[in-house]
Amino acid sequence: MATGHSMVVYLSKKALNIKFDELATDVGTLKNVELSIGRIFDASWTEPIGPTPFPTVSQLRSWDHKLLNRYKPLYLPDCDLCCLCTMGKCDLTGDKRGACGLDMAGQQSRIVLIAACIGASTHTAHSRHLLEHLIEKFGSDHPIDIGGTNIEIEAPVTRLVCGIKPKVLGDLEDVLDYVESQIVSLVAATHTGQEGSALDFESKVFHAGMLDQVAMEVADIVQISSYGFPKADPEASLVETGLGVIDKSKPVILVIGHNVPPAVDIVDYINDKMLFNKIEVGGICCTAIDASRYNPYAKIVGPISWQVRFIRSGVPDVIVVDEQCIRTDTLIEAQRVHTPLIAASDKVCLGLPDRTNDPADEIVADLVSGKVPGVLILDSTRVGEVAVRTAMEIAPKRNKYKVLPEAEEIIKQSKSCRNCNECTRACPQTLPIPDAVRLAQEGDLSGLAGLYEACIGCIRCESACPVNLPLHSFIVKASQERIDEEKFNVRAGRGAIQDVEIRRVGGPIVLGEIPGVVAFVGCANYPNGGIEVAEMAKEFASRRFIVATSGCAAMSIGMYRDEEGKTLYETYPGSFDAGGIVNVGSCVANSHIAGAALKIASIFAKRSLRGNYEEIADYVLNRVGAVGVAWGAYSQKAASIASGFWRLGVPVIVGPHGSKYRRMLLGRKDKEEDWYVYDARTGEKVYVGPVPEHLFYAAETKEEAMVMIAKLAMRANDTSKGRAIKLTHYIDLHRRLYGAMPDDVHLFVRTRADIPITIKDEVVKILEEKGWKETVIPDPTLLQRMVRRRVT
Amino acid sequence: MAAEPWQRAETAGPLRAHVLTKPDVAVALIKKAKRPIIVAGHNVTGEPLKSAEPIDYVIQISRAGNIPVVATANVGKTFLERGYEPAALMGAMDIANRIKDESWMGLDGKGSYDVLLILGLPYYMEWLILSGLKHFAKLTTLSLGRYYQPHATWSFPNVSSEVWEGNLKVIVKGLGGGV
Repeated sequence: MATGHSMVVYLSKKALNIKFDELATDVGTLKNVELSIGRIFDASWTEPIGPTPFPTVSQLRSWDHKLLNRYKPLYLPDCDLCCLCTMGKCDLTGDKRGACGLDMAGQQSRIVLIAACIGASTHTAHSRHLLEHLIEKFGSDHPIDIGGTNIEIEAPVTRLVCGIKPKVLGDLEDVLDYVESQIVSLVAATHTGQEGSALDFESKVFHAGMLDQVAMEVADIVQISSYGFPKADPEASLVETGLGVIDKSKPVILVIGHNVPPAVDIVDYINDKMLFNKIEVGGICCTAIDASRYNPYAKIVGPISWQVRFIRSGVPDVIVVDEQCIRTDTLIEAQRVHTPLIAASDKVCLGLPDRTNDPADEIVADLVSGKVPGVLILDSTRVGEVAVRTAMEIAPKRNKYKVLPEAEEIIKQSKSCRNCNECTRACPQTLPIPDAVRLAQEGDLSGLAGLYEACIGCIRCESACPVNLPLHSFIVKASQERIDEEKFNVRAGRGAIQDVEIRRVGGPIVLGEIPGVVAFVGCANYPNGGIEVAEMAKEFASRRFIVATSGCAAMSIGMYRDEEGKTLYETYPGSFDAGGIVNVGSCVANSHIAGAALKIASIFAKRSLRGNYEEIADYVLNRVGAVGVAWGAYSQKAASIASGFWRLGVPVIVGPHGSKYRRMLLGRKDKEEDWYVYDARTGEKVYVGPVPEHLFYAAETKEEAMVMIAKLAMRANDTSKGRAIKLTHYIDLHRRLYGAMPDDVHLFVRTRADIPITIKDEVVKILEEKGWKETVIPDPTLLQRMVRRRVT
Repeated sequence: MAAEPWQRAETAGPLRAHVLTKPDVAVALIKKAKRPIIVAGHNVTGEPLKSAEPIDYVIQISRAGNIPVVATANVGKTFLERGYEPAALMGAMDIANRIKDESWMGLDGKGSYDVLLILGLPYYMEWLILSGLKHFAKLTTLSLGRYYQPHATWSFPNVSSEVWEGNLKVIVKGLGGGV
């Protein structure tokens, strides 16, 4: 028989960890006993373990509900119906309920959860594939190293969520086991007849987002550690970017997607055969970013929306698709220009024959002869050889065969337009395509060229056209001159933020003296083209915010030149510091942006990350003035990425198309009762104003987004000096872009010392008109358990 | 009268907006309203009509009907440049979130609104906001834009810019304003 006290038990599905300060048994008393079964907790790691290592779906529910109580969902249903089971369709209009009992709010939150689970699953499956592939290649004992001596906290998200400190690749298998099991539970909750509460669906959305961040972190740290990507290097090389940088005189391989091993093996094969001067490799979407992190020889063609325009130009001689964000009609487009396609992932088979085990000679011969339009090869090394050999052999035969019409053909074909407007009605941007076609009928292609910037390359206009005009090709051809001049650069994705950088900026960020960290991330479904992202990045870098970026947004930031002919990456440093523009890498590198916020809590504030999610999220919400901007978010992955930031208390702004995610998370600044926190010093409840005001917000225009960024960067913990700096930016942008003082300044001034000195008189006048009362700056927390001394 | 959504794929569901075949109907609905409000998006400056821009008609409707205007995004600046002060400069999501709340006492603190007149937002964004209000709010919504918005309570059908301008003029006149 044994009795114990001060016992801590950590339970998860695959592990039991029991710790006794003192254990009395029949044979004696044992002190400081720790027993682990299953998952191993590192005994040499002295950081105290928090309350929620490997949290289950409901363990962080109370934190989620605290957030959701302040940031309530605004649901924007895309349609009135649910059609997910055979009892339906069900009309959920107004207060009706479906056959299963679910109402419209429940259905909308369920759809949001499904989207977040799709996104999280996609990153997790990507991560699992990379991990298995790299363990096979480098061994499970291959060390995790993402920054040498510059980085001690190698995996902040994993430490926070799982409570473990991974040292080698093999340590991450447990982490993904956990993520996968949790995602299955979340998907199960969306089945008919399960969850019925909208707010609990939303809590599960947050859980999916948190899991997504873990999966992304695993994916990026294993590829950085194994492939030798830049290791937290602020001076990572500049990579040639744009349609104009591809040398058309050479055979060209185009890689599309997100999962980089096939692209790596293509570059390796080229290297092994010393073909560097004889062949080009260009990429679209995140595979391009990661291939260029591996070797800047690989060029970045452009973001996701560049796919059709580049294929139709005839320049690629071989197309290799891996996974995610690939147009599912790529094979059809490739066939039109006689370009063979290699599918390299079992997630994207495209109906192609599996030739993984066939001799390379036979596959190359079949692709070059056109006997097959494409092949499925589930072995990246084999893909590398086949792609390069095929490109070298087929290029002279293809002779860059293209399907872009000449100007005369455009003029002639455009005369068959019926003016039916179906193209503009199909266009997500409602671009004035019919007007441009009418101009073309008269020989003027400028109208078509004028559509290029805002066109997202979806080619719905062509699908809709009753006379089959190749309208996207018209736009691309009319823009040929501009396309030829698309020669830019992007700083290669640097990966994580160094610990020393965090030490330098942690204080100024938490105190508010660096006015904020703004992260431009995500896809290219922009309302008015990528230039708006570049303009916003420039604005905030010049205001001495820290600008972080990743994915297609990172490309867009590099695809414009200033008056001096420089790209933003040439003008602004790549360091994580005020005025820096920091490209962390591909989508999965978004985890480093979250990681930077966590490292501020750990390195600057000495908070324990280990299994301590709620406390750290509370810290980030109240102290780290970070804002995410996914101006062209389109995907389910973007939804899950945003969800991960929400749970950490980081607000996310999307462009107008982001309203189609069907749910906002909005604060109400007019409801004073929503904006109280505990002062951890005294236990008193203190009004701190609406900071940050929203958690998820769709802005209608770039200008609205800019004002909102400055506003959402304010935090309860800002010092007066920091708040004055932040208010200066908010007021300045509001006046410049809205033409007036903001009407809510009084809500952000806590003491007179918060008032920006340069506009003191104006602000004081507003405060007097509003009946403003001075308050205190607390040590803010939403968690009562963080109060150090309770008020009696 | 049946009407089609402007963007082809935006099929709403069973409950679709009544079609404003005549602008006089809009006039009657607005006159009947006790607490109407206008939400104007940034596109009210994007489409010059024959005699004026849509923003000019918004100002005239507001003045004629004594209806407050919420200018979303950055369009408030253009209102101010025209010598008109909107009741609020507020994001579209923010104002939608407040209008949805029956307990909200309005911009002036005198009570919630019973009729929303909306125009000038990107088509899909307006669609979604109107859908949110259809399902979760009690008020009547009128889309005054050029294109049919099926989630509104009432909407014009898809019309040419000439017809649209004519409709806006009738509304201004019907409310007692001069065009």
